Amino acid sequence: MPATDTEDSRRGARHEPPGPGTGAPGGSGPGDSDEMASGLDALESPVSATVATSRRVLAKAAPPLAAVALVLVLWQTAYALSWSASLPSPAAVWGELAGAWSDGTLLPALGHSLLRCLIGFAASAALGVPLGLLLTRVAPLRTVLGPILSAVQSLPAAALVPVAVIALGNSEGAVYAVVLLGAVPSIAVGVTAAVDRIPPLLLRAGRSMGAGGLRGAVHVLVPAALPGFVTALRQGWTFGWRALMTAELITATPLPGIGRMLDAGRQGGELSLVLASVVLILAVGVAVESALFSPVERRVLHSRGLASAAGR
Amino acid sequence: MSTELATPAPAPSVTGAGAGRARPYAVRLDRVSKSFGSSPRARQQVLDGIDLTAAPGEFVCLLGASGCGKSTLLNLVAGLDHPTSGEVRVPHGRPALMFQDHALFPWLSAGRNVELALKLAGVPKSERRGRAEELLRLVRLPDAYGKRVHQLSGGMRQRVALARSLAQGSRVLLMDEPFAALDAITRDLLHEELTRVWRERELTVLFVTHNVREAVRLGQRVVLLSSRPGRVARQWDVDIPYPRRIEDSAVTSLAREITGHLHEEIVRHARH
Repeated sequence: MPATDTEDSRRGARHEPPGPGTGAPGGSGPGDSDEMASGLDALESPVSATVATSRRVLAKAAPPLAAVALVLVLWQTAYALSWSASLPSPAAVWGELAGAWSDGTLLPALGHSLLRCLIGFAASAALGVPLGLLLTRVAPLRTVLGPILSAVQSLPAAALVPVAVIALGNSEGAVYAVVLLGAVPSIAVGVTAAVDRIPPLLLRAGRSMGAGGLRGAVHVLVPAALPGFVTALRQGWTFGWRALMTAELITATPLPGIGRMLDAGRQGGELSLVLASVVLILAVGVAVESALFSPVERRVLHSRGLASAAGR
Repeated sequence: MSTELATPAPAPSVTGAGAGRARPYAVRLDRVSKSFGSSPRARQQVLDGIDLTAAPGEFVCLLGASGCGKSTLLNLVAGLDHPTSGEVRVPHGRPALMFQDHALFPWLSAGRNVELALKLAGVPKSERRGRAEELLRLVRLPDAYGKRVHQLSGGMRQRVALARSLAQGSRVLLMDEPFAALDAITRDLLHEELTRVWRERELTVLFVTHNVREAVRLGQRVVLLSSRPGRVARQWDVDIPYPRRIEDSAVTSLAREITGHLHEEIVRHARH
């Protein structure tokens, strides 16, 4: 029974393209054109080379590691030649970090800062993305708000902190206000730019298929602008993280963060503690960048065939 | 079985605008004009009094030099824009539109592109996958379902775009120089594919091109548009039986005649 089954289906499969033989009547060899088509397809399809995973990881990890090593070597050399009297050795800064870890101040400081940045970033994204989209839809709003957002974006966070502290006191609220003012304009401006850069043809194609209004936004506009959205969010994160550090440095909030650590080092004149804080701030930036935004961006670009140069 | 020849309806006579009135039509434009620009001084008339009818199942090629308003005309028929005056009638709903650039969505696979069109046309989810695969088989890309757009060649992309257009379920297909960016060999092949699909599906096709031989190779009727503003300058019934080839002598000689008129249209502008 199964034998006849497969035979039937096979015969069915063989009979499946009735078109070429009968549909295109008396064609000058429809089978010809069929073979031509597949021949051309095979010739014209791009050939993609695959690289072994281990080599890819090595190729990705080697340059940043080399950069870190270079900085350490230069630093150690500068210390050994005592170019600057106050410059601590890398080992001293490492000791500072180890000390902060063992006396239990490092983790809470890191945790407070990360939590604030995460909440601040989430709120900024929740505000900035809709705001940016709204600006692309409502032209008068854009005329009014566009320049203001650009202006606020160029304002250093340090200028905002005194305002926030006087208005809201030495509170979490003041810190979040600074983070939001740092990140929201940047995200909104980025989202607007991303929508502006969608090829008009894709929108036209979408509309001709009946995707207008909300359906158009869901099925065409947002996916088409997604690479730009990722870039906008990434920049929003960077702006937010910088603004947060500034805010923590100046605002005396009840819960100390890395910025507080930096300020303690500054007040005590301990360059090793200051540098330890800087290393931490850098490390968080790099970690979030390479663990979150880079992979997402690479995936988004790669699936669109845009990352052949960058996304190995 | 779909073996019987889908004989398309005979082309309406060239002159008989009044006589054609009673006949069924898939697309009809009555004295359609279109201007852009709001102030009277900056106003630019793109189309001027276009009368055009396509019978159900007819293949009409619109031919013209730059500035004849071809794309504007298709936009009007597609319902993406409205005429300044006159009337556009497409009784069987929204036509499908195909472009010179494939306009496939790069974030979706070939199959998903087709499925999105099916979804927007209201096809229930359970049927979409099967229908999409069937349409890809129709354009002879049975293995393309999971392929990303950038993994396909130019000709394959246009075939997926054709499948996506067909997925919209419309009997009217508008094509805006769809093969202009392809090499000659691929274009030749796609001409054959398009005529096959047109006959199998009994589509009404409005095909815009500036390639005279392509127009004669494909169409049952060739409409020459003048430029700035676009008007119907002349029409030809193409009585050459299918299958045709672009190098057929009948195709070549009619193309030569039409090219002469096209040149006259272009030269007219040099004098002004």
